[in-house]
Amino acid sequence: MNLVQNFPFFCIMLYLAGGVTCCVLTPKASRAVCIGLNLLVTALMAAALAFTVRSGESYVYLMGHFPAPWGNEIRIGPLETLMGTAFPLVMTLTLLGGMDHIFEDVEEDKINLYFTVVNLLMVSMLALVLTNDIFTGYVFVEINTIASCALVMLKYKSGKALVATTRYLIMSLLGSGLFLIGIIILYNITGHLLMEPMREKIHELYLSGNYAFPLTVTVGLFAVGLSLKSALWPFSAWLPDAHASATAASSGILSGLVIKSYMILLLKIFYRVLGMEVVLSTGVLNVLFVFGIGAMLFGSLHALQERDIKRMLAYSSVAQAGYIFAGFGLGTAEGVLAGCIQILVHAVTKPMLFSAAGGFMTVSGGSRQFSDLHGAGRRDILSGIAFTVGALSMIGIPLFAGFATKLVLTRASLATAGWKCVAALSAIVLSTVLNALYYIPAVALLFDKREAVHISGVKAQPSAVYVLSLTVFMALNFFVGLRSSLLTCILEAGLNVFS
Amino acid sequence: MGSNLFFNYFEATAVIVFGIGFTILFLDRNLIKKVIGFNFMDSAIFLFLASNGYISGRVSPIFEDGVTAAEHYINPVPAGLVLTGIVVSVSVTAFLLALVVRLYLRYHTLEMDEIVALSRKEADE
Amino acid sequence: MKQPSRNVARFVNWVEGEEVFPVPEEAERNQKPRKKKAPVKAKPASPEKEKRIFALVYDGISVVVCLTVILTLLVTVSWLPRFGGQDNPAENEVYIRYLEGELEEAGAINAVAGMILDYRAFDTLGESNVLFIAVCSVIILLRADRNRKTGALNIPELENRRALQPDDSIFRGSAALLVPIGILFGIYVILNGHLSAGGGFSGGAIIGASLILYANACGPEKFERAFTFRTYQWISFFALMTYTLLKTYSFYTGANHLESHIPLGTPGAILSSGLILPLNICVGLVVACTMYAFYSLFSKGGFGNGQ
Repeated sequence: MNLVQNFPFFCIMLYLAGGVTCCVLTPKASRAVCIGLNLLVTALMAAALAFTVRSGESYVYLMGHFPAPWGNEIRIGPLETLMGTAFPLVMTLTLLGGMDHIFEDVEEDKINLYFTVVNLLMVSMLALVLTNDIFTGYVFVEINTIASCALVMLKYKSGKALVATTRYLIMSLLGSGLFLIGIIILYNITGHLLMEPMREKIHELYLSGNYAFPLTVTVGLFAVGLSLKSALWPFSAWLPDAHASATAASSGILSGLVIKSYMILLLKIFYRVLGMEVVLSTGVLNVLFVFGIGAMLFGSLHALQERDIKRMLAYSSVAQAGYIFAGFGLGTAEGVLAGCIQILVHAVTKPMLFSAAGGFMTVSGGSRQFSDLHGAGRRDILSGIAFTVGALSMIGIPLFAGFATKLVLTRASLATAGWKCVAALSAIVLSTVLNALYYIPAVALLFDKREAVHISGVKAQPSAVYVLSLTVFMALNFFVGLRSSLLTCILEAGLNVFS
Repeated sequence: MGSNLFFNYFEATAVIVFGIGFTILFLDRNLIKKVIGFNFMDSAIFLFLASNGYISGRVSPIFEDGVTAAEHYINPVPAGLVLTGIVVSVSVTAFLLALVVRLYLRYHTLEMDEIVALSRKEADE
Repeated sequence: MKQPSRNVARFVNWVEGEEVFPVPEEAERNQKPRKKKAPVKAKPASPEKEKRIFALVYDGISVVVCLTVILTLLVTVSWLPRFGGQDNPAENEVYIRYLEGELEEAGAINAVAGMILDYRAFDTLGESNVLFIAVCSVIILLRADRNRKTGALNIPELENRRALQPDDSIFRGSAALLVPIGILFGIYVILNGHLSAGGGFSGGAIIGASLILYANACGPEKFERAFTFRTYQWISFFALMTYTLLKTYSFYTGANHLESHIPLGTPGAILSSGLILPLNICVGLVVACTMYAFYSLFSKGGFGNGQ
């Protein structure tokens, strides 16, 4: 086996070791370890990405000495390595962008624990992206749950963050309970936990018609469980509070990365465990599609009414997550491709918006209300520019990242026939209009000449890492927007060998 | 309706308890009861799993007198999964209870809707 | 019989969210410098009737949700393979190899230990990290904060949770008898995890419980002079680090089809079954410390004198 093929495995182990190490270090040292580790992992995963793209195939990596139906394993292909490269990169930039806020919002004794939690969160996300064993998936879903709740609650001095964490945790636990009982029913009727043998067995069952009812119920349990956790629209009531009340970096991480890892797991379960024909026969994709469309519209409508910048961004995340589910729900290869592109687009855009929002709060006396943010973009010009870039990208203006999604999703919906095509196209148009309706006034307000008088506004003195983070974020945004064909190619290759 | 409901009485009990626990965790307004509901839910899942692995007339998978033939022992997989599940459940319970302690110290109540109302008021002031 | 029933009522009240123990005035004042807390039991003066209707609807929804979940799952259960059947789908080649190949491949008499620490070791590694991250979260939430300027511990926060310490000679005597036995038994369970029922998780829980019993009976001061927060952190660090490194070696050799240089030994001997024994010891250490840490954090927000 080539040395490069070991890299994804090394990344998982490095994060595990890093998490434990950060626990005993000083705040500064743990910050250095965490950032360094994220950069190292980005580099390692990029090497693995280059390898998998060149070979165009995915391979199985044994976690131990035993092959498929017996031992744990991870599976690595272009799609997985692309996500695995994007996640640590975005994580590094988000942490750098929100670093000042972390050191302000978190108790000094507990800053090293923040980085411990971040490292373990990254382990869980990498493992969810790479795993080829459904029960390993469950274990890391739980790590992910606890870690992401811990990120919100690290600001426990604020009562709102505590309440939001509690609600978030309870919804997540309901989701993982349903997910676990789904796994167990599947184990009961197939006798496997690894994805490939499980799918073969399910295919047999599907053809023979045995256990048809339990199979349908499991599909439903997985879909409901994981959409609870990834904040699909009717289940997304917990998201705005949780994402808005956390510190800036945590909000970016939760919106940009955490909910995405569950979507990838769901995709994986649909393709690799249940098989598309079983999923299509249950019609669950239609439900996901309708909810996705609902999220695109209702998320934006909520955002439109919001007077708090971080809550507006959080509602916008609900809407953007709707694009992903709408893409998946189309049930075609192009639809899934659009969903995957949206995962990347949103991952590079939303953390930048949250970092910029953190910048505005610094120059506006810590307030998040729009009424206090008049002219904040003039006081902190860099955050203002970054916010504008992010807003234009979310609306879907050409040149920016968000345009890539709209383009691919439109193409995908034109390729499908019937009501889904009409619904998807009209939802895209409506949601673009709605996005413009709340992002453009926000930008205009941020650059307003009449500054809010009752706020002790100060000129921004951004730290070097903040400038670096926002600049790289903007560059990434343009990169994704201009070279989206490259990403499409990689993702297409990845999806070909995904199942 | 399938034919095995009364043969699978362990599983049937488990899913009834699961449903009760799920509802308590989801809809009860008292935080301590929510924690108890969560534990109901997880214990039900363990019962479900443990009954999955049982094969009538066989013993637990600890080899006796060097006999390793599979027909003497029950399935070890669910036992391992239950072990993992228990550890996860302990961890999550500790986390939930810690949250409840923090909320109680701050708001002096355990009712979720009162807490939400108080936290809203706090932000308005 | 007066006392217990009052205690039960107190507990019920507490579960229902009533105030049962007085909160020190000082705590109230020091806790939030920004503003005074809103009156606790001030119910909004909304019409009673509206409230009752809402409660009724809410209860109705709960019953419907509960019944839907239960009925769906019951119908599912009625379609599942029969309980205890010999030809159920789960009794397949996977389970046969876990039993019949286990002695040569993992070398443990306890097939479950062999399965979770060798065949499916990645899950178990993740599981220990679930425990680790849970304890980190509890530390974040409950460990007493320091004042940013003076560096002093926020004592009122601690006072609220100061554990009740009974000075009871019967309790102390029985604890003195039980604790050494409990710790010894825990060590036995950990060391025999590959030979009989038990292992790191159960043994660690037994040791942890013994430590908690000791701390409750004789006061934690003496014990925590040696076992400070720092010690706790370093023990978990070393145990989890060893675990991760050992498993990295084993996964790496496995995936690259290299020969693993870890001898399996004779099945049944105490030094056998390769990595399972050291892994069980690591897990046991982590679990024992974690249980004690949970107790310590919940009862008084830290180790020793707020260490």
